[in-house]
Amino acid sequence: MATVAAVIASTHHPFYYRASTATGADRPPFADEWVAKIEAFRETLTKARPDILVMVGSDHFHQLWLDNMPQFLVGKAPYFDANWYNEEREFGLPRMRLAGDEQLASHILRNGLDAGFDLAFSNELRIDHSITCPIITLRPEADLPIVPIYTNIFAPPLPRPGRFVELGRTIRELVESWPIDKRVAIIGTGHLSLELGGPRQFGEHGPDPEFDRKAVDWIASGDVDGCLSEVTLDSLHQPGNATHGFMDFMLMMGVAGAGAKADHVDSLDLFHTMEAYFTWYPNGVPA
Amino acid sequence: MSKYLLNKFLYTVDRDPDLVERYRQDAAGTVSWWEQEMANQLLNCAVAEKSTWLEFTDEERRALREHDHVALFGLGAHPFLTLTLFIAMFERDHGPLEYQKAYGRALHQHSLPYPDIAT
Repeated sequence: MATVAAVIASTHHPFYYRASTATGADRPPFADEWVAKIEAFRETLTKARPDILVMVGSDHFHQLWLDNMPQFLVGKAPYFDANWYNEEREFGLPRMRLAGDEQLASHILRNGLDAGFDLAFSNELRIDHSITCPIITLRPEADLPIVPIYTNIFAPPLPRPGRFVELGRTIRELVESWPIDKRVAIIGTGHLSLELGGPRQFGEHGPDPEFDRKAVDWIASGDVDGCLSEVTLDSLHQPGNATHGFMDFMLMMGVAGAGAKADHVDSLDLFHTMEAYFTWYPNGVPA
Repeated sequence: MSKYLLNKFLYTVDRDPDLVERYRQDAAGTVSWWEQEMANQLLNCAVAEKSTWLEFTDEERRALREHDHVALFGLGAHPFLTLTLFIAMFERDHGPLEYQKAYGRALHQHSLPYPDIAT
């Protein structure tokens, strides 16, 4: 049977690639600290020795559009091209190509449907920075096959937070029931408080540092019930108009399990938004 | 209200480098052409299979023709689409992050709850 080698939840900051590769006068003052934190975070995945990565993210109106919008979608294809013209333009992100694992994707689709999630699928999916940012930060070799899973945190009506947690629990069960002897890391990215295109954007910190502090505590301690008791589709407007991306963190709390304390917790207060990084080892910390 | 069509304009222009430049340089002409030729085109379908009913309201058309991102926010256009396209068009005329900060300041009349973006 497959083993969940690591569960990882992270913010996906599209500026990391440019900040970390900039030199001289172009290198921002926070870059060195940021790179050091990312390298420590990367080590938590490396030492889990994964064979396959299940990658949870959200398309930012690249391929998925309002004329045909899935709530949850699994990519099943031999390859996934990655990053888009407007991500090259705005963030300097490189074009990439990642291999897919169609066997695991098929297992997740068939058994996810049978478990009560009407998952959409795509056989030709170009993935965006919600998935390539964690490749760049956690596995820059980009040498492992992936199964991308997209969630809709972007185009209302959205599924409610509890549904994200339930999907996370189900993804964990589906990976653990896959009858193939592989080590699978489940990685998901979202946001803490975030404002995009509104009056609170691009401030000195994220738009709601108090929310960010609580969110890091919920995730780090596995406090699923506490988080669900305060977070609703309506409440997520308060910390910032793009904060519904936090529901992908809630999905990852579902993967990690209620009460599961993260084995690695780190954060970095940046302008515009706070970074946060979490790793769990469900089967014990690797040697 | 046609929030969907506003978003469709922002989405289809943003993903096309030539259209980004055309909209920056000739907003009124681009909006007129787009509404005439593109508004009813079903994306991901053969060109002949058009819709028949999509058009802007006067206020939506005006906001797009005048690059009025504050009005677009008020009309419920998706803020991510507006921001991404407007950064592509106008960030180049400003110092680092100046444009993004000014863009936010211009929206300060809006307090919570923001206009509904559901389509």
